[in-house]
Amino acid sequence: MNFLSFLKKSKARFLLFTIVVMVIFSAVMTSSNVFSQHDDSSHNKVEMIKEEVHEGELDAGKMIIEHLIDSHEWHLWTYQGHHVSIPLPVFLIHNGEFYVFWSNKLAHGHQHNGFYLEHEGENKGKIIRAVQHGMIDYEIIAVENSKTLPIDLSITKNVLAIFISSILLIIIFTSMSKAYRKREGKAPKGMQSLLEPIIIFIRDDIARSSIGEKRYERYMPFLLTVFFFIFLNNLMGIVPFFPGGANVTGNIAVTGVMAVFTFLITIFSGNRAYWGHIINAPGVPWWLKFPFPLMPIVEIMGMFTKPLVLMIRLFANITAGHTIILGFISLIFIFGNINAYVGLAGTLFAVPFAIFMSLLELLVAFIQAYVFTLLSALYFGMAIEEHH
Amino acid sequence: MEIVSPGIGLILWMTISFAALIYILQRYAWKPILKSLHDREETIDEALNQANLARDEMKTLKAGNEKLLKEAQEERNVILREARKVKESIIEEAREKANEEANNIVENAKERIENEKMAALTDLKNEIAFISIEVAEKILERELSTDNKQEDYIKKLIKNTHFN
Repeated sequence: MNFLSFLKKSKARFLLFTIVVMVIFSAVMTSSNVFSQHDDSSHNKVEMIKEEVHEGELDAGKMIIEHLIDSHEWHLWTYQGHHVSIPLPVFLIHNGEFYVFWSNKLAHGHQHNGFYLEHEGENKGKIIRAVQHGMIDYEIIAVENSKTLPIDLSITKNVLAIFISSILLIIIFTSMSKAYRKREGKAPKGMQSLLEPIIIFIRDDIARSSIGEKRYERYMPFLLTVFFFIFLNNLMGIVPFFPGGANVTGNIAVTGVMAVFTFLITIFSGNRAYWGHIINAPGVPWWLKFPFPLMPIVEIMGMFTKPLVLMIRLFANITAGHTIILGFISLIFIFGNINAYVGLAGTLFAVPFAIFMSLLELLVAFIQAYVFTLLSALYFGMAIEEHH
Repeated sequence: MEIVSPGIGLILWMTISFAALIYILQRYAWKPILKSLHDREETIDEALNQANLARDEMKTLKAGNEKLLKEAQEERNVILREARKVKESIIEEAREKANEEANNIVENAKERIENEKMAALTDLKNEIAFISIEVAEKILERELSTDNKQEDYIKKLIKNTHFN
């Protein structure tokens, strides 16, 4: 009885919480607008540098973006103004030459072999090669025109995070398959019983129902890999410190590559009915196809928009979640800069919401992995569907 | 803008590692896992099917047993009924035979009794006749012991005799 009443209470509390979060969310949206406007207005270099010099002031928009984008080092913590980070290998191809060095050579605005990290502007965060060695000066505008972008194949933070999560996945699932071999015909145990329901869920509710009983098995490896890769990286993205904290699934290159995989598998498994539907859609009046091929153009566009939407959905969902959490955390410092008491009030207010958002992120981590997998399976199913 | 501009290096490394991940997991994880899941499901299905079959078989066996039991009971009843009939007929026959025998015996006995009686009666008659003669003799001896008496008797006889 007591427990039931507690549940009811917590339900009511949860509702209140959601409403408040919505209000706060809109507030944060407007405030982040303010930040970005601020950013736009301060395109002037001198002002930017001034701001950087102004210690203690927090540019929340800049901080959030810096947390969301890829980086050439893995920043761990800052202690008394000292940045402690893991240096990562940098691979550059410039004018046919190959350059390899550690990213700590570029820290604090240092340059190595004429390469340096751009700190602002269009190429922010990218490695730039100045034309002349030793002539790099941030305040010389002339350099701006003479700098070039090398081909950057570095092991960045996100690449390392991809390696770590891939190795984790390989360890987890190969040990699981070993357990299956060892305990053949027995009930699942440990990791098996944790992950087996998810595997069966993907097989029965995603692959079998969208692709069909006959040919679903061919697509299972891709679907399972995509699901667990997205799911694990979403979860690791929520963890704020090493080896988590890299925004892998919130990076458009990563989601783009996965979407391209889906796209390629779709078009390579497309049968005659699929291509026929694209070129000559059945059940459509002829004048939509003949003098001007409107329907084929729409269908061909549809081929590309499907993976494009896959890419953007995952990227935007994860990025938005991280942005909101970082926004809440920034609120603490913004309020703290006004006054200590306001800062305390802001902390008491921001931390519960940050926790709530993290919990929501856990849900989103699963849902987005599920949606990506389900839609990929649906596209495969459409590509191999028999003509009816 | 940097947030929506994909880096070429990341694309390259992601493509390589993701393709490798799919290949390795397919080879060393998904295939064996899915295969053993499939095998286990088949084993369970088979076991369930066999259980169903066994249950059906049990049912038919039970029905057969009941049928057999019924038949046996019927047979027993028939045998019992026949036995009873046989018993009754045997008893009846025996009774009839006994009756006949008894009747025969009684008949014989009656005959013999009749015969004996006849013989006895004949004997008796003879005896009576003999005794009567003897009595008559003795009476005569006594009646006719004296002449007077003889005369009296003769006279009496004569008196009784009516001369027609």
